[in-house]
Amino acid sequence: MVPLTWYLILAAALFCIGLFGVLARKNAVAVLMGVELMLNAVNINLLAFWRYTALGQLVGQAFAVFVITVAAAEVAVGVALFIAIYRQRDTVNVEELDDMKG
Amino acid sequence: MEQIFFVLLSVLILGAALMVVTTRNLLHSALWLIAAFFGIAGIFILLHAEFLAVVQVLIYIGAISILIIFAIMLTRRIMDPQQPRFNSQWGLAGGFAALLFVGLAAVVTRVAWPVATGAPPTDAIQQLGADFVGVYAVPFEVASVLLVTAMIGAIIIARERE
Repeated sequence: MVPLTWYLILAAALFCIGLFGVLARKNAVAVLMGVELMLNAVNINLLAFWRYTALGQLVGQAFAVFVITVAAAEVAVGVALFIAIYRQRDTVNVEELDDMKG
Repeated sequence: MEQIFFVLLSVLILGAALMVVTTRNLLHSALWLIAAFFGIAGIFILLHAEFLAVVQVLIYIGAISILIIFAIMLTRRIMDPQQPRFNSQWGLAGGFAALLFVGLAAVVTRVAWPVATGAPPTDAIQQLGADFVGVYAVPFEVASVLLVTAMIGAIIIARERE
């Protein structure tokens, strides 16, 4: 059996790659893809902990289902926002969207 | 045997994820994202969470990836590969992400995790279904309200205004 630590390291690496995408990409859609990678890393962690420590209850699986639900809602709203912004500003470059900067 | 599959899937996931955040062409990024999702579904199967693996393929690959590809298509001009893909702080962001990974890896490998032995339940899917109308009934309903709200919100936000 694969040790639990391997799964945790994989999830940590995936989370950090997603974080880099969120912080460094210029395009808002690419930022959203980074967020998706981070959410998937969280799901790997939840299921790995379920498999290795709490087999009796299905808390980990149920939590992962809720994370996927929230991710779906987030993408739907995010994509709608990008389309609205693109229609108005003709860009989804996050560096040009600084109206709320103080 | 399981270890070999795990390593292969990890290489697929991490390689695809790196391509997602570094490829110039956004459409290729989205396709690499689908590859990463498939690898993660494989990891779920290794973890004996078969239901979650199917949900992963249905929701992430079937719905979320398609939505993202739609967004890329509808904001066509931004697909121009000549544009710079990173902002000016990408070096800092990369350093921070690498530092965070080192920190997480150090913690994860040092803690002695309690590991339960035993086979996973064979009726996990039935149990999960019963839990959703039993123990987790309230969160389940809240999730459905969230989905409806998100759907209505998305329609209102993206609607064409005169």
